Amino acid sequence: MLAFVVRRLLATVPVLAMVAVFVFLMLRLTPGDPAAVIAGDNAMPDQVEAIRQKLGLDEPIVTQFFIWIGKALQGDFGESFFFKKTVAELIAQRIEPTVALAIVTLLLSVAIAVPLGVIAAYRQDSWVDRTVMAFSVMGFSVPVFVIGYLLIYVFAIQLGVLPVQGYRPIGQGLWPFFERLILPSFTLSVVFVALIARITRASMLEVMNEDYIRTARAKGLPERTVLLRHGLRNAAVPIVTVIGIGLAVLIGGVVVTESVYGIPGLGRLTIDAVLGRDYPTIQAVILLFSFAYVLINLAIDLIYVLLDPRIRY
Amino acid sequence: MNDSVPVLEVAGLSVELPSGADRKFAIEAMSFQVRPREIVCLVGESGSGKSVAAFTVMGLLPKALRPVAGRIALAGEDLLSAPPERLRDLRGSRMGMIFQEPMTALNPVMTCGAQIDEVLAVHTSLDPAARRARILDIMNQVRLPEPERLIDAYPHQLSGGQRQRIMIAMALVLEPALLIADEPTTALDVTTQAQILELIKDLQRDHATGVLFITHDFGVVAEIAHRVAVMQWGKLVEFGTTEDVLKRPRHPYTKMLISSVPGIVPRHRPRPETARPTVLKTEALGKTYADAAWFRKSRTVKAAESVSIEVRRGETLGIVGESGSGKSTVARCVARLIEPSAGRIWLAGDDIAGLSAGRLRPHRRKIQIVFQDPYRSLNPRRTVGESIVEGPMNYGLGRAEALARARSLMETVRLDPGSLDRYPHQFSGGQRQRICIARALAMEPELLIADEAVSALDVSVQAQVLELLDDIRQKLDLAMLFITHDLRVAAQVCDYVAVMSQGQVVEYGTAPQVFGAPRHDYTKALFAAAPGRNWEFGKFAAG
Repeated sequence: MLAFVVRRLLATVPVLAMVAVFVFLMLRLTPGDPAAVIAGDNAMPDQVEAIRQKLGLDEPIVTQFFIWIGKALQGDFGESFFFKKTVAELIAQRIEPTVALAIVTLLLSVAIAVPLGVIAAYRQDSWVDRTVMAFSVMGFSVPVFVIGYLLIYVFAIQLGVLPVQGYRPIGQGLWPFFERLILPSFTLSVVFVALIARITRASMLEVMNEDYIRTARAKGLPERTVLLRHGLRNAAVPIVTVIGIGLAVLIGGVVVTESVYGIPGLGRLTIDAVLGRDYPTIQAVILLFSFAYVLINLAIDLIYVLLDPRIRY
Repeated sequence: MNDSVPVLEVAGLSVELPSGADRKFAIEAMSFQVRPREIVCLVGESGSGKSVAAFTVMGLLPKALRPVAGRIALAGEDLLSAPPERLRDLRGSRMGMIFQEPMTALNPVMTCGAQIDEVLAVHTSLDPAARRARILDIMNQVRLPEPERLIDAYPHQLSGGQRQRIMIAMALVLEPALLIADEPTTALDVTTQAQILELIKDLQRDHATGVLFITHDFGVVAEIAHRVAVMQWGKLVEFGTTEDVLKRPRHPYTKMLISSVPGIVPRHRPRPETARPTVLKTEALGKTYADAAWFRKSRTVKAAESVSIEVRRGETLGIVGESGSGKSTVARCVARLIEPSAGRIWLAGDDIAGLSAGRLRPHRRKIQIVFQDPYRSLNPRRTVGESIVEGPMNYGLGRAEALARARSLMETVRLDPGSLDRYPHQFSGGQRQRICIARALAMEPELLIADEAVSALDVSVQAQVLELLDDIRQKLDLAMLFITHDLRVAAQVCDYVAVMSQGQVVEYGTAPQVFGAPRHDYTKALFAAAPGRNWEFGKFAAG
């Protein structure tokens, strides 16, 4: 087991190396010059050249890559061209809102979707089932920004019960923190609730036809126990897989949501960095995202072991 | 316990099928009783309604089926009018049930101990320590080795027989008055089956339990039943003591069923005077599976080891063994569906063991296989005609000729040649197996391999297919390799028998030699375990 974890962590090295090369090259191959952006519209060519030299952008691309990767290996991701701070500082500032948003969204999605899926499966073909499935189709079809603005309009502007946008760190009190996360989390969770509820229902329907469910009923267990202890636990592996994929996709989704709700997280940072051709920041953020993907996948594989004793690594 | 009150009384019970089914009632006007300390066998072929009867008693019928008439009483208490909560109380405490597939009937993600514990936790107020003591006690009673260790084991870590013991422990831990056993030994090997039957008999006697035992196997009936109820098409056609029903059946259906049970004494088969040409010969055939591993030593499993067999034209060689004995591995190596890892395979004089795919192609035609499950071995989206002509057309036969051959083969296997344009689902299991045989014969093979080809069939259908296979062997002068776990079946169709155990042939001889005077201990154990071995099932004229 420990050997498996170590092996999987070692396997992340080539993945991250490939991501690093790819991101580095893509950025340099796309049009746009960070020095020109920093210097502004009225700068003289020699000013731009001076900035380029200062940032090391006049070196050959291969040299630039090895300088960057050499420092990155020591944990130094360089200084942002744009924000005049080290990239490490920038990410440290921006990571809390994003992680908070992701976790709250995930908990909210699972808390809503799994019970819905279980009930839909238990009452298959009833009106409950049909309603849940109809909602699920809708959740897939409506874009995140539409839901976002719609929720802002109803809850923040018309009813005035929740703030329109912004973010407060958790250090400034629990309610102000949550108050500003409710709408964005709910917006993000709609599509995941749809996805997870659907998978939960399908997985439960399959499991409830298994022989051991019949055995559980023959033992005289209450229906609740049959459903949760024997049904849901066995249905969990595909559900956890989807939650994991969802979490990975979620990281992509925060870019839009953070813009709509004005949350100063990694999503906003990414957009600002891309617009400003801020190479060091883009590179570091994308490497961080890839590392998160790898860790999430590892976590899912480890959860499988807890859920199903037949799975061994 | 008062012995005069039956533990189970079923009177005039009818269960209605949803509209659109092939008949109106799943079971109709069924009446029988199970007395304390009594084993009643409910016998019938697939679709006879015997499992529906069991699930009706347990109150576990699917919603589409509902009882419409009659009475079910458990030790005097009416079940059909009982509210669901009361039924749930009774399930697991007063009536327990065990199922056919011990592999799937246990929850794979809970330990065996926890699964038995649930019964106690729901139905008693015992504390955890007392419950654990009860669990260990019942695990001892069902003769599980090392209960202290197995209590924390997961089902996949146990053998099939051990899992069935866990199921029995779960059903009997609260000493129910009634145990319903739905084909509990059908999925088990014959030696394991004998042990489980013995266990059920002993426990039932010690605990004064009434048992309703559902089976399709008359060998098992002879072994275990006090009384027998025979079902056909939802109706109970005969009910009496085992002695009466098996020796003096009155209903034509019972007579037909019992007559269809293959005898365990090899049938006398005329021996050809001259030696026939050899079709298949293997020399020290072996198949080793190895899983490659980077970080540890690779494990190897010897699925078959130095298997040397020979089949001549017009003869049938039976390979008999339990699951995991390597009998199917040998069949698949011979047909080159898997690559043998050692030895030679001579097919009509050519060694095909090491031939490349291209060089093998002309030989493929000569070996054809009929598989166990007729429901899954035909492509459901192709008409049976297309399935039959595909092979010969692959080898260059024109479509018209191939269809003509298919039509004549349909007659050979006694099916309507006009039904070639129908799909597999429009045929019954036995008919599908005939189609599989026709498909194999369309290639004009020299060797026909039947891999458990009759195991999934009901006994009356089985008898017909066996007869057909033997008929074809004679008419076409085929060599046949007959793989089976069923000694009775082997006794009926084989000239020679090879007994396999753990990848090796442990005994090899003519059928009368092997059946009449087995020499190897394993063969002897196999015969000793065959259910109903001391019972000669008579042949009754129907009517």
